[in-house]
Amino acid sequence: MKLAGLGLLVSGWIVAVAALCLLPQLALRAGFVVAGLLVEGLGLFLVGRAHLESLGARE
Amino acid sequence: MTADSTLCLLLIAVLPLAPAGLALVNCGLNRSRSAAQSLVGALCLGAVAAVVYCAWGFSLEAFAGGSGYSLQLGGVAWNWVGAAPLFFRGLSDASAPIAAFQIFAVSFVALIPWGSGADRWRLGAACLLSVVLAGFIYPLFAHWVWGGGWLAQLGATFHLGAGFVDPGGAATLQGLGGIAALAVVWILGPRRGKFTRGGPPGAIPAHQIVYVLFGCMVTMVGWLALNLLGAIFFAQINGVALAMTEVNTLLCASGAVLAALLVTRVRFGKPDASLCANAWIAGLVASSAVAALVPPGAALLVGIVAGGVLSPAIEFLELRCGIDDPSGGIVVHGLSAIWGLLAVGFLGRSASGGQMIAQLVGIGTLLGLVLPAVYSLCWMLNRALPFRAHPHGERIGMDLHELGSGAYPEFVMHTDEFIPH
Repeated sequence: MKLAGLGLLVSGWIVAVAALCLLPQLALRAGFVVAGLLVEGLGLFLVGRAHLESLGARE
Repeated sequence: MTADSTLCLLLIAVLPLAPAGLALVNCGLNRSRSAAQSLVGALCLGAVAAVVYCAWGFSLEAFAGGSGYSLQLGGVAWNWVGAAPLFFRGLSDASAPIAAFQIFAVSFVALIPWGSGADRWRLGAACLLSVVLAGFIYPLFAHWVWGGGWLAQLGATFHLGAGFVDPGGAATLQGLGGIAALAVVWILGPRRGKFTRGGPPGAIPAHQIVYVLFGCMVTMVGWLALNLLGAIFFAQINGVALAMTEVNTLLCASGAVLAALLVTRVRFGKPDASLCANAWIAGLVASSAVAALVPPGAALLVGIVAGGVLSPAIEFLELRCGIDDPSGGIVVHGLSAIWGLLAVGFLGRSASGGQMIAQLVGIGTLLGLVLPAVYSLCWMLNRALPFRAHPHGERIGMDLHELGSGAYPEFVMHTDEFIPH
């Protein structure tokens, strides 16, 4: 789960940067950059969940 | 020597008070049995960061207008790393003022995770991370933002306002430090006895709140210098206009501490001293992004939000995310920095849709590229040199375990003095 979360973090960044290169309109760019950040948020959530699970195992 | 260069030198002389105050805050928030290790660590991490940064970090970062390597992608040049000569040869009389500023800045970055890993992080492992942060991660990211790199050029290459702007180092120093703190806390896990199965997290209070509050005052002086130098070097603000940056810094910190005072008064019945101190720092962190770029009313608003969300955010991380962060560095430095950077997009004097996108891309780079990189490096370093101290060391305290003596040798009960011989 931690690896998937880290992968999503990087993927979100790639989406945001790709939007700059591929989309000329400001509104579309903004939409995809926000979408990239949401993907990063999901990645952060997954890494956080993995941390919580490892905490439970440690106890 | 011109008036401006004299001012820069004076500000650089005051700047060390920012990391010094933060070290005092971290020390006070620790347990008493790890107080000496906390301050010795702050000195060592600053020293390691300074040497490594001067040796090759400054060459990788370079500065705006200097030479750099670019990647051609999508018809655009992505300037990603500086190309100054390595091993101290990048430093010259001309670049010395900005290098002096950056040496203290990079010590700041190294210090933030040190506070979050307190009471369980071995000093040697922390120094190793300091090498990586000062030698690679910070120079690269700072080059992108301050050295004319691809984030700074988003305005020229993609017509996004003025590009990603961060004059006081909210992203390059505070955001990076906060993210490194998160990675370190994930790797280290919580302190012994902090979380127990089924029960609420144990409260481990600050051992010396006077250090914490005095550290806040010391930090403020250094932070004024930090924001003023950032405004001079990276926002090209000079002369009397600099006074507004100073006013905004103080308004931001004041708004944050008053908001935290109110929130903790309402939530806990009485104001909480350590959360108010953390809010003061959070306000200063947010001011690093906005102080040179927004009107005074907006600076106050940014501070109020930074201080208002601090207490719920720290509680959320502890109760819902299982994160044990003794100094609160993840929220104080990471979250407040992100809020400040975001606020520039809609409250800044150059606020526009394009500017907002540039700020979002900068924040996205911090979370989506820098965080995985720092976490992966921490994971590898932890394999080479374990971060966490031996359980016995944690029990007796890091002072005795790592330094061989405590910070307060006379704070013991001398019962023999009262026993008749």
